[in-house]
Amino acid sequence: MNPKALILHANGTNRDRDVAHALQLAGANPEIVHINQLRRAERQLADYHMLIAPGGFSYGDALGAGRLFALDLQTFFAEQVTAFVASGKPVLGICNGFQVLVKAGILPAGNFSATLTHNQRGHFECRWVHLLPQSSQCVWIRTGDAPLQCPVAHGEGRFVCEDAPALASQQQIALRYALPDGTPANGQYPANPNGSVLDIAGVCNPSGNVLGLMPHPENHIWLHQHPNWTRASANGLALSLFQNGVRYANQC
Amino acid sequence: MLFRVLVSQKHNQQNSLPLNLQKELCTIGWSPIANQQAITRQQVYFLQGHLTANQIEYLAQKLLCDPITEQFLFKQLPEPAPPLNADEWVVEVGYHAGVTDNTANQLLRAAEQINCPLTWCATAQRYTFRGYTAQQVQTISEKLLCNPIIQHWAWNQLPIQPYHPAALPSAPEIVPIRALDAEALLAVSAQRRLSLDLAEMQAIQSYYLALEREPSDAELETLAQTWSEHCVHKTFKALVQTTDGAAVDGLLKTYLRAATQAIQAPWVLSAFVDNAGVIDFTETHELSFKVETHNHPSAIEPFGGANTGLGGVIRDTLGVSHIPIACTDVLCFAPQNTPHAELPAGVLHPQQIAQGVIAGIEDYGNKMGLPTVNGAIYYDAGYLANPLVFCGSVGLAPKSARNGHCGAQVGDRIISIGGRTGRDGLRGATFSSMEMTADTGTVAGASVQIGDPITEKGTLEVIRLASTALQGAPIYHAITDCGAGGYSSAVGEMAAELGAVVTLETIRTKYPGLAAWELWLSEAQERLVLAVAPTQVAQLSEICNLYDVELTDLGYFSGDGILKVQHGQQIIVELSCNFLHNGIPRRTLPATRPPEPALQDKLPHYSPTELREWCLALLRHPNIASKENVVRVYDHEVGGATVLKPLVGVAQDGPADAAVLAPLLPTDWRGFALSAGLNPQIGKVNPYRMAFSAIDEAVRNAVAVGADPARIAILDNFCWGNPRNPERLGTLLATCEGCYTAALHYATPFISGKDSLNNEYLDNQGNRHAIPDTLLISAIGIVPDVRKSVSMDLKTPGNPLFLLGQTLPEFGGSHLAWLTADPALQNAPAPDLPASAPAVYRQLHQAMQNGWVAACHDLSEGGLAVTAAEMCIAARLGIQLQLERVHPEALVALFAESNGRLLVEVPAEHAAQFAASFDAAGNRAEHNLPCVQIGQVLAEPLLRTHLFEIPLAELLAEWKTPA
Repeated sequence: MNPKALILHANGTNRDRDVAHALQLAGANPEIVHINQLRRAERQLADYHMLIAPGGFSYGDALGAGRLFALDLQTFFAEQVTAFVASGKPVLGICNGFQVLVKAGILPAGNFSATLTHNQRGHFECRWVHLLPQSSQCVWIRTGDAPLQCPVAHGEGRFVCEDAPALASQQQIALRYALPDGTPANGQYPANPNGSVLDIAGVCNPSGNVLGLMPHPENHIWLHQHPNWTRASANGLALSLFQNGVRYANQC
Repeated sequence: MLFRVLVSQKHNQQNSLPLNLQKELCTIGWSPIANQQAITRQQVYFLQGHLTANQIEYLAQKLLCDPITEQFLFKQLPEPAPPLNADEWVVEVGYHAGVTDNTANQLLRAAEQINCPLTWCATAQRYTFRGYTAQQVQTISEKLLCNPIIQHWAWNQLPIQPYHPAALPSAPEIVPIRALDAEALLAVSAQRRLSLDLAEMQAIQSYYLALEREPSDAELETLAQTWSEHCVHKTFKALVQTTDGAAVDGLLKTYLRAATQAIQAPWVLSAFVDNAGVIDFTETHELSFKVETHNHPSAIEPFGGANTGLGGVIRDTLGVSHIPIACTDVLCFAPQNTPHAELPAGVLHPQQIAQGVIAGIEDYGNKMGLPTVNGAIYYDAGYLANPLVFCGSVGLAPKSARNGHCGAQVGDRIISIGGRTGRDGLRGATFSSMEMTADTGTVAGASVQIGDPITEKGTLEVIRLASTALQGAPIYHAITDCGAGGYSSAVGEMAAELGAVVTLETIRTKYPGLAAWELWLSEAQERLVLAVAPTQVAQLSEICNLYDVELTDLGYFSGDGILKVQHGQQIIVELSCNFLHNGIPRRTLPATRPPEPALQDKLPHYSPTELREWCLALLRHPNIASKENVVRVYDHEVGGATVLKPLVGVAQDGPADAAVLAPLLPTDWRGFALSAGLNPQIGKVNPYRMAFSAIDEAVRNAVAVGADPARIAILDNFCWGNPRNPERLGTLLATCEGCYTAALHYATPFISGKDSLNNEYLDNQGNRHAIPDTLLISAIGIVPDVRKSVSMDLKTPGNPLFLLGQTLPEFGGSHLAWLTADPALQNAPAPDLPASAPAVYRQLHQAMQNGWVAACHDLSEGGLAVTAAEMCIAARLGIQLQLERVHPEALVALFAESNGRLLVEVPAEHAAQFAASFDAAGNRAEHNLPCVQIGQVLAEPLLRTHLFEIPLAELLAEWKTPA
């Protein structure tokens, strides 16, 4: 049976349908569930095998991107979410979803304190990036895979962590922004589009089942979404990220 | 108790927002200050509630401050403002009371969630300046930090009072008009800003004479709204009498609708009658497209104006039960380097307007989760006081959704969903009396519309479910957007045949105290009105609850043909629907045809060095130079359907001719292209031919990326000055004639249109300044297989380049003529409609289907020189051009702007087939299809002609640094 994926929708969520396509293509059985449906107990988080916090502008990014959606998680579902994460089931937060997981303290977890704040250039930006898979313990990626390519579309994606090098040594840096040749961006704009420390594009929790990332792998699941498919130089399909997650969910 | 919380960046954090502010300093003529810390920004929150200091501290930690990057202070008010350091100036900027503050609204909700409920809250910004004089800080505050329409500022600490608005008198005012003479009737129209002329006022007078009573203020407002130019298009429906004795029975009917009728495209499913035009897409789905303007609001409050402009056109899509899937934006501004001294009184600087407008579109489009995929920015000094903001929205729906609309039925409930009603948008044409409030400042501030995209996103999700909830059909009988005129227009239109009884006391408001007429006429954003059978209301309500969307039952459709509006026991409006919708007298307007341009056929001569320099000057012209900085602040990827992006090529910075979207992936490879044509320069020399160029440009851009020329629909948007001026109406008439001719030529039906007239500025000397006559044509074309769409970047060195279309010395209205200011060029003919273009486009489309086209880019502003340069830039490759094969005169070959032309890279192995196919098609069509090989792709990065060479690096540098 295909693993059931719950895609959590808060008011202002908008890439929920994009990630549903990606999960479906990767072999999951996705369902978009509004936070009100969980609150009314019309759906139970524990019935699902995967949890996705998708991209968007939950509550209009008021009071900081992801903060109010994170508050919902903390206020209404703290125990359920903690249990879901602790059970080892795969959790993915993309863009706004990453902001939610960070602001709810689910990422990076461990003893780290981190946040996502305004891009170095001070504004929203949409462009394609290259992502190097880094962490051997993150269930959503495989190190040694070719760099993934997909767009970023955010204004508050600069990852800030007071002890970023330790994050690396604990295998919690999952994805880093890279140059087209596959070497780390080294802070260079626009390869690193937001000024994140150590080119961090995505981080995972210590056990590796929770991944959060700013870029949108769900927008590169078909060849023709790549900006250079007309030049026959499209590669870096990001569908593999979802396939890894689904494969892992099947083993859980 | 009232508290004040101050949130600031920790010292080790980069202060990124003021960095933007320092860039903006350029807009008031100051160069940015090197030291980043010279201006810092803090966030201020004012919180009122029965809370302890501990609770406020908890709330601030939990909701207001990011513990990693920020710190906060709080104190209870009133308390004296803190002393300042000697070298500092501090100002605070906040919204006027009553202006929509989305952050404050979310804060109220979240505070409740953490059990620290607030009774009121507000936000403000605090700016600290170091190294500036008081005078400088005052200038910055007035010009950059604060827009007095919605905000106010104060030194050091903003005095703030919780907003608890006073109730306005709710009783309708009776306005005696029956006994008035012509002059007095006009005075009533002027005083109450009804914008009704004498004939219209007299028609209203006769109506009330027959009724033997006087109108209420709300009735006059309702009539003024329903009869406004915005709602009924009086000018486009007027009888136009030309000075040469001809009479035109309505511009809309004679030219625009007539073109659609003559073309008889079976795939046009709805044209001109609904909120948006609708075309067939696949067996199961249809597409809609609508483009609106929001010019005047954008001039006075650029962010809010553009923000709500986009919000409004997205609701038009929802108004045909379509789900919005893409946005477009075309913007016209004055040159960004306009000196401040040249700004007329009360006019914002064009850079400030541009930044606000772009930020407004970014905010709404991105937050709605819609990709903004096509657009243009056009600079001309004529847009100084009247910028133009065109916002477009494309929708997709299963055919069952719109087919389920049967129109409102007697007994149906009138249901409003979405945002709450406030004093938004009450001032403009609807503001009925300045005496209505004792606190003019409050009402004036509150009257500006501020968008709330998250509320509109909720209504989108509701319509997504509700439009197909009954076996694929909607659970409502009719739906419409609540825009200009508020409920008075939306309900009035929906009840036009039936009549309705509306009760205002159920309306949910943003704050208490609204008078009945305010409830009825408010133009608050994010509202839709639906006609719902009483048995279906519960189900609709359930869907709304899921998305936290508020639903209000406003009354019912009565069937007696009377529009009756009541507030408690009071009846504030009781009007015959027939009079309301058919009582407006038709206007007769005089028009003077524009003179035939006096043409000159002698062209100037330029040396090779000069030609090279014009080439570079064109590339850095702001209308042609890269718009990447703007394009990237819009999300063009959300939805995952953007197959051909606005920026293409190796470095993803080449300007695509059009965007291609495939919204039904992965089950269906069919898609559509979105493009636009806009040529106000040509309008200045030949308004008739401006329409040719705009339509050809829109069509040719769509064809360039792979749209089927037999499946392109177009939209018209006319922005003009005052049509009461016969010469101005004459150019409008000529442009409409051109639209008819060109639409038939390409067999492209108009499916929707909109006009924005009276774009004029009255200066202090009493002189009127009209904008350049501006026609925007937007096109939507079906791409039969998106995998065959073509981008404009060169692909392979050695491939031949073919020029399609004929190059003539057509320089009238060209960008070269503009740059050189050479009368010989400006007086040359404006681009004509090429007879062969439709056949050329068909053949090109066929070649694309055959896989014979590697790259394709249209020739527009700046001619072949600019097209070739852009293709080199996008691929970081070079081009060798044989100009003599284009035209004997190099000047013409390089820079003429003849219509119907595209530069096409063909894989070497298909070159012979490609050329032969055009010859064969020409033989079949019995006229020559111009297709000539004029060059080839070079590996060497340069643009080379026999007269000059320009290295790619130089092309790039000029194109990326606009003048």
